[in-house]
Amino acid sequence: MRRLTPYLLIAPSLIFLGVLFFVPLVETVALAFQGGADNFARMRDDLNFNDAVTDTFAIIVIVVLLQLLLALVMALMLRHVQVGRGLVLWIWSIPLGVSDLAAGLVWLAILTDRGYLNTVLAKLGVISGPASWLTYETPATLLAAIVVAELWRATAIVLVILVAGLELIPKEFGEAADVFGATPWQRFRRVTLPLLKPSIQTALILRTVLAFEMFAVVLSLGGRNFPVLMSEAFNWQYAQQDYGVAAAYAVVVMAVSLAATAFYLVLLRSPAR
Amino acid sequence: MAEIVIDGVTKSFGPVAALERIDLRVADGEFLALLGPSGCGKTTLLRIIAGLETQTAGRVLIGGRDVSALPPRKRGLAMVFQNYAVFPHLRVRDNVGFGLRMAGADKARIASRVAGAAALLHIEPYLDRYPAQLSGGQRQRVAVARALAVEPSVLLMDEPLSNLDALLRLEMRAELKSVLRQAGTTTVYVTHDQTEAMGLADRIAVLRAGRIEQIGAPADIYARPASVFVGGFVGSPPMNFLPVPIAEGAADLHGLHLPAPKTSGHALLGVRAEDLDVAEAGLPFAVQVAEPMGSHLLLTGTCDAQRLRLVVAADRCVVVGDLLHVRPRRWTWMDPETGAAL
Amino acid sequence: MTGRRALFAVGVAVLCAWTLVPIYLIAAGAVGGQAMANAWPKPLLPPSFSLHTITDFFAIAGVWASALASVEVALLCVLFSLLLGLPAGYALARFAFPGATAYRLAILVTRAFPVAILALPLTVGFIRLGLYDTPLGVSLIHTVLALPFAVLVSSSLFAAIPHELEEAAWVFGCSGLRAFLRVVLPLALPGIAAVAIFAFVISWNEVFAASVLTVRHKTLTAYLLSVLSESPLHVQFAGGFVLIVPSVLFIFLVRRHLFAMWGIASR
Repeated sequence: MRRLTPYLLIAPSLIFLGVLFFVPLVETVALAFQGGADNFARMRDDLNFNDAVTDTFAIIVIVVLLQLLLALVMALMLRHVQVGRGLVLWIWSIPLGVSDLAAGLVWLAILTDRGYLNTVLAKLGVISGPASWLTYETPATLLAAIVVAELWRATAIVLVILVAGLELIPKEFGEAADVFGATPWQRFRRVTLPLLKPSIQTALILRTVLAFEMFAVVLSLGGRNFPVLMSEAFNWQYAQQDYGVAAAYAVVVMAVSLAATAFYLVLLRSPAR
Repeated sequence: MAEIVIDGVTKSFGPVAALERIDLRVADGEFLALLGPSGCGKTTLLRIIAGLETQTAGRVLIGGRDVSALPPRKRGLAMVFQNYAVFPHLRVRDNVGFGLRMAGADKARIASRVAGAAALLHIEPYLDRYPAQLSGGQRQRVAVARALAVEPSVLLMDEPLSNLDALLRLEMRAELKSVLRQAGTTTVYVTHDQTEAMGLADRIAVLRAGRIEQIGAPADIYARPASVFVGGFVGSPPMNFLPVPIAEGAADLHGLHLPAPKTSGHALLGVRAEDLDVAEAGLPFAVQVAEPMGSHLLLTGTCDAQRLRLVVAADRCVVVGDLLHVRPRRWTWMDPETGAAL
Repeated sequence: MTGRRALFAVGVAVLCAWTLVPIYLIAAGAVGGQAMANAWPKPLLPPSFSLHTITDFFAIAGVWASALASVEVALLCVLFSLLLGLPAGYALARFAFPGATAYRLAILVTRAFPVAILALPLTVGFIRLGLYDTPLGVSLIHTVLALPFAVLVSSSLFAAIPHELEEAAWVFGCSGLRAFLRVVLPLALPGIAAVAIFAFVISWNEVFAASVLTVRHKTLTAYLLSVLSESPLHVQFAGGFVLIVPSVLFIFLVRRHLFAMWGIASR
C-alpha cells in the first residue's frame, strides 16, 4: 500500500546477497589479479593444472551429454508409465537429495578393490581376485567411475526439469501430429523436441554450472589421482594457504561457467514468437 | 449506521481516468446501488469507499468523519466480495467471527453475534465446516454473515450475486433484501445487473465512463431516464429511441400528435416496449421476430426503418411479417446530439 | 503383455534398480560393520544385522559433534533463507514495482555462478569477523545457495493466494502484517515447509564451502572429506549412509512439491 513497502521487503535479501555474493565475487577477481598475472602464471605452471583442465572438461562433456540423453529417455518413458507413475518418479528423483560426497562414497563402496562390482565380476569369472579400478595406474577406469557416479547422482536434476517441461507441452500438439500421420520418431523430432528446447536449455545451463563445481565425487573416488579445477582450488586455498592461486582457479571456473551459459543461450535460442 | 459522503472523488490510473469528480451522498440506512457496464468505475468507487484504493483527489466521509486517509480497518465498514473471499483455512464459525476477533471482542460476545448472523443467513448447520465443504451459495451466505456479524456502520457489496446461477441469484436477492432491511445498515451495492439494482435499491446511481449519469429511485430512473444511455441500460428490453422531426413544439407523425419540449429540429422519442399499445392507427410496425416469453410476447421489428421492440399479451396472435400500428402511452424526449433528456 | 510393453516395463524396472541398488549396497555396507567392509567376496546381504557400526561410527571422536554441527548449520540456513526470502517473495508476488524484474534477474544470476567458490575470499573476511570455523559462518554461505530458491518459490506460492483474501482481512480489522500472518502464511505453509526442507537438504549436503570455512568445528560433510584418505572403509561407508538417510527422507516428504519447486526455480 505504501510505495516504499516492496523495497523494504526486498532490501534485506539484497543487502545479504550484496555482502555475501557480489562483494566476494569482486574480491575474488581482484585477488586473482593481484600483482598482475602472477597468480595465473603460477597456476598454469603447476604440475596439476593441465590435468585439471583436461580432466574437468572431459568429465563435463561426457557426463552432461550422457545425462541429457538418459534424462530425456527417462522423461519420455515416464509419460507412458500408467501404473505407479508417482512412485517411479519419486524413486528416480531420490538422488536429488544425495550429496555429491555421499554419492562418491556410495560408488566407492561399489568400485573399491574389495567392492561389490568386483564381487560380481569374480562370481562371473571375469576376474580372479580383487582388482583396482580407482588407482593412478588406471586413469581410464577412474574416469569411467567418476562418470558413472555423476550419472547416478545428477541425472535426476536434469530429469525433473525435463519432466516439468514436458508437462507444459499441450497434448493436442502431439495428437495433431498423429492425425497428420507422423511416426513416433517424427513426432518426437518435430513436435516434442522443439517445444522442449527451453527446458533443455535450462537443464543444460544448470547442470553444466553444477558440473564445474564438481568436487567431492572426484575426491572420494580418485583422491588426488584425478585433479579437477575445484579440487585444485580447494587444495591451494586450504592446504597450501596460497589464496592468490586459489582465487585464480576460482576466476577460471567462473569464466568457463559463464562461457558455457552464454554458449547454451546462443545455441538453444528460441525464435521470438 | 452512518451517512456516506463522496466529495469530488477522482481516480486516475496513469493517463486513464477511471472516475471523474464523483459527488455522491448516501443517507443513513439507505441502500444505494452503483449500476453500470464493466469499466464504468463502479467497483473502483466502491473500493475507494472501502479504502482498498486511494483516490487521486477528493474526500470520503463516513458518519461525518473524513476517512480519506484511513486504512480499511479503521473505517467502520464491512464488505462482501465478488468471490466471497471466505478464508479457506478457518471454519465457518471462525470466518463469521473474524472481524470481531480482530477487534478484540470477548468470547461471549463473539459467540452470540456469530449465532445471530448465522441464524439470519441460515448457515447454522455449517458452522463447524470448512469453506471447501460448502457450495458457492453457502459460501456467499458465510461472506454476508461475516459482514453482518460486526454490525458495521456501512456495508459494501461488490457484485456478490454474480457468481451464482440464475435461480439461486433470485432467491438470494430476496433474502438479502429482507435481511438488510432488518439490519437497517447503510449499504452500497455494486452490480452490472439492472434487475438486481431495481429490485434491491432505495436509490440507483447509474455510472458510465467514470461519471454518474443519473441518481434516483428505481421507478424514477425507469420512467424518466436522464439520458439515452440510462434508458437503454435500465429495463429489459431496453428503451426504444426513434429519431423524429419536431415542428412548433410537437411531433406530428403517422397521425399522432405528440407535444415536445423543443420548438423545432430533431429529437429522439424514447418509449418503452410495454408502453406501446397496438391500435387501429399510429406508428407502423413491421414484425420481424416474435419471441414468446411465457408471460408476454416480445416482438422485434422496424418502424420507419428504425428498430423497435414491442411487448404484447402472450396470447395475442402475431406472425412474422404482420404489420401493426402502435401508439405510445408514455414517452420521453432526448436530445439527439447530447443524448440527454429534454 | 505384448513384447514391447514387457520391454518397456523391464526398462523402467532397471532404471529404478539402478537408483535404488547402490543405496541398498551402502546401507548394507554400513550396517555390516568392519567385517563387511573388508570381506571378499562381498556378500549381498550383511552377515550380521547390527547397528553397531553406526553407533561405533558416531563414537569416533569428532563424528557426533560434526553431525550436530551439520544440523545446526542447516537449521540456521533454513532460518535465514526464510527470514530473508519470504518477505522478498511476498514483495515480488504482491507489488508490481519498478526494479522487480531486475531484482529477479539478480537473484537468478547467482545461480549461474559456482557459488561455493565464494567461500574462498570470504575466508579472510570471516577470520576478521570471528566467523571463521563457526556454524554461523558456514550457514551464511549456505543461505546464499538457498536464498534464490526461497525467494522465487515463495513468490509463486504467495501469488497463488487470492489477493481478495488479504483485502477481506484488511477490511475486517487486520493491518498488512497481521493479515499476512493470519491469512497468507497459514495458506502458504505447506509450500513454505517444502522450501524449508529443501534449504535444509541443500545445506546438509554442501561440501566445498563447509570444508573451506571450517577447521575444528567441521560439519559432517567437511569431516568426512578430511578423513577420506585416512579412515578405514567401514567408517566411510557408515559416513555415506548417515549422509544419505536424512536427504532421502526429506525428498520423500517434499515429493509432491518437487515439480512446482524445480519448475519455478529453474525458469
